[in-house]
Amino acid sequence: MRFFGRGHGACPGCGLPIAVKNVLEALNGKCFIVNPTGCLEIISSQYGKNAWGVPYIHSLFENAAAVAAGIEAALRAMGRKDEGHVVVFAGDGATADIGVGPLSGVFDRNHDIIYICLDNEAYQNTGHQQSALTPTGESTTTTPAGKILPGKTGRKKDMVAIAVAHGIPYAATSSVAFPADIRRKVKKAANFEGAKYIQIHSPCVTGWGIDSRDSIKVARLAVETALYPIVEYENGKLVSVRKIKDRKPVTEYLKLQRRFRHLFKHPKGQEMIETIQKIADENAEKYGLDIK
Amino acid sequence: MKKVVRGFYSVAYAVKLCKPQVICAYPITPQTEIVENLASMHANGELEGCEYITAESEFGAASILVGASAAGARVFTATCSQGLILMSEVLFNAAGMRLPIVLVNTNRSLSAPLSIWNDHQDSMALRDAGIIQLYVENNQEVHDAIPQAYKIAENRKVLLPFMICMDGYKLTHAYEPIDLLEQELVDNFLPPYKPIAYLTTKNPMAFGCYAPPHIYMEFRVAMQEAMDRARKIMLDVFKEWGEITGRDWGGHISVDFPDSKVMVLAMGSVVGLVRKVVHDLKKEGLDVGFVKVRTFRPFPIEDLRNAIKDCDKVVVLDRSVSFGYEGPLSIETKSILYKYSSADVYPFVIGLGGRDIPKDFVEKLIRDVIEGRERPQFAFKGYREFEEVVP
Repeated sequence: MRFFGRGHGACPGCGLPIAVKNVLEALNGKCFIVNPTGCLEIISSQYGKNAWGVPYIHSLFENAAAVAAGIEAALRAMGRKDEGHVVVFAGDGATADIGVGPLSGVFDRNHDIIYICLDNEAYQNTGHQQSALTPTGESTTTTPAGKILPGKTGRKKDMVAIAVAHGIPYAATSSVAFPADIRRKVKKAANFEGAKYIQIHSPCVTGWGIDSRDSIKVARLAVETALYPIVEYENGKLVSVRKIKDRKPVTEYLKLQRRFRHLFKHPKGQEMIETIQKIADENAEKYGLDIK
Repeated sequence: MKKVVRGFYSVAYAVKLCKPQVICAYPITPQTEIVENLASMHANGELEGCEYITAESEFGAASILVGASAAGARVFTATCSQGLILMSEVLFNAAGMRLPIVLVNTNRSLSAPLSIWNDHQDSMALRDAGIIQLYVENNQEVHDAIPQAYKIAENRKVLLPFMICMDGYKLTHAYEPIDLLEQELVDNFLPPYKPIAYLTTKNPMAFGCYAPPHIYMEFRVAMQEAMDRARKIMLDVFKEWGEITGRDWGGHISVDFPDSKVMVLAMGSVVGLVRKVVHDLKKEGLDVGFVKVRTFRPFPIEDLRNAIKDCDKVVVLDRSVSFGYEGPLSIETKSILYKYSSADVYPFVIGLGGRDIPKDFVEKLIRDVIEGRERPQFAFKGYREFEEVVP
């Protein structure tokens, strides 16, 4: 692999390298990568073990969008825009929690960048703590299932809606279960001038508590249960969704993962499962996911 | 050509002449008019080849400049106080990445209590960041400092952020006749920025790697070595500037009446006043001299030591305090005198949060030291006793 891979230290079954490789391939390596602190940064950028075949910068945890905007502005000022796209690979915590302020600024000013959120649904690098993109019902180390509480009780933040609300030209979700979808969307995004947001669902074998070999299966189930709707917005309009034939109940997705296992025995577990099923049903309804 | 302008404009005009490629800032009193002036220049097409970005915060502004500087652009920002400490995480990072970002800090106190007025607490909070700090006395000095800051920061043997510290209000809002620089002079003095490493798809490199214990320390030692080299390179640049403009601001320090028995140290806009007081006392026949400290980082260890080690008493007028100890300038002063001098150091903190520093007050303070009415121990000067809820 020319653009990413040599020496990276991701776990077997990690979704991140799949997403990264497909994005870089779609852009044919013509890009600048900005990567905030997190799993991807730690597995790829150790001094002397750089896994990147494209220009790469890591600054802080919460400023990747702003750093990317700075690179883009500099390229414009210096007449070097043709060198490549400016791409952010940021985790869900860096995107939806700590970095959401600078990201909003970048969306608002509509800098010409592609922002990829690699969504593994918690702070996995530091050992599985809750982020704003952790879904309802998940047991994390900071929202643990206990005698009283059944894991995270709040909802997953709707970052795509937030992105769309800024009026940026392109916003979409995708999943490492569908690499062709990632490549298509990145290529499409690259044709828009302005800020582009793509949120890619990416399993974490250690945080989610799954077998490495089940990684893609689990990612696929997230889509097939409508818990992770695959959608695409252009200029604020929903232009495509990944339809689901014979939508599966959420329990099929939940039962494969340690992070949700408590729901099947916790006193409030059944109630939580019903809530999660309701979220899936609402997604299906909102985006018209079911093939009837 | 001399023109009467405010401090803001003397900064903005000099920045323009340095041809930055990305300017990014966030408004904060008393800095705002610097970036307003630059925004106006940008809107009028006077900043050719420059992107001007209005950030959503100082944190965002500094982050944008990290990206721009890493891509090889010459960059500028200005801030102060809460804005500077909001930037601080980014600025520590920029120093570690060896990005020659130039910023002007219009020194303002820190909250709480909220105050928009001047002291040096904000820039002193960044003392250990790996950022060069130069304190100026007036608006001509800040005007002249800007091209010099770029030349020093961008030197391949330095490559560190450079912060010019000018006192908020006292300088920013002051009207002074300024000898505005000519473009040709600046062009001849300051070549375009040619980074040794930058982000490009033609030669991909990684910035901001993470360093495990076997290599982290080497990067930090390299920063110290860069600071040590900067100490010498700055003197060369200061000298060159003096030669081409006829304005010699001194080296890291400038000394009036060397070899006096009592030496008074100060930084920033209060320098003019203290110098005047010292000159008056000298005329009276008192054995007193003055040291203006310009460079705070890298600290002018030998220059300052040589200027004061043989005197009997050193009066240090700090404009900030390291709570639980003393003012930063007095701490450094005592440290460099260790084993070299038996002089008594009089560490005074004055003028916090814009508290007025009248001439009579400074004169009495120095006279009291000379005539033995003050003891060489830390003290705040020029405040009132008052009762508060929290003692």
